[in-house]
Amino acid sequence: MAMAAGEIEQLIKAAIPDAEVTITDLAGDGDHYAARVVSRSFAGLNRIKQHQLVYAALGGRVGGELHALQLQTALPETEKAK
Amino acid sequence: MTDAATPDAQTRIADIVKGHDIVLFMKGTALFPQCGFSSRAIAILDRLGANYETVDVLQDPEIRQGIKEYSDWPTVPQLYVRGEFVGGSDIMMEMFESGELQQLLGADAG
Repeated sequence: MAMAAGEIEQLIKAAIPDAEVTITDLAGDGDHYAARVVSRSFAGLNRIKQHQLVYAALGGRVGGELHALQLQTALPETEKAK
Repeated sequence: MTDAATPDAQTRIADIVKGHDIVLFMKGTALFPQCGFSSRAIAILDRLGANYETVDVLQDPEIRQGIKEYSDWPTVPQLYVRGEFVGGSDIMMEMFESGELQQLLGADAG
């Protein structure tokens, strides 16, 4: 059931190449993670669409083998200023 | 028939979403949430004094599967306000902290 943090990061980066990914293992059990994803590809998307991009990158694992992924998405600071 | 949601479940979900100003699809009930994320969503709504309905997806496998397809969102809880999908507990928390959720619920909070 559990996934390694590195595997989550790899999957996200495979789909969103410029993503800066920070993974925190919340419970130390390999099943409850928090991810912060920063990418230019979120520009112009609302939060729902941003999260859906990350969920899509993880290919249906969220809600399945990955029970809990606390997710935070953001644009790079340089993009926000524009 | 398969495990996938039937049109019937989608219709039932649409009726629920359109029938209530604020509705939270969750695991468990407002009094006894069965998951930390659902518990967090309830805590936010209560903090805002919102007048909301809840649907316990654990009581209905068709709704549990169907709600994920309805919103193209893989997890529960899911918040809907005036017929629109708002997000899961992470988005609720971000919007709560920024004050957006208060604004969104404002007209309905009671």
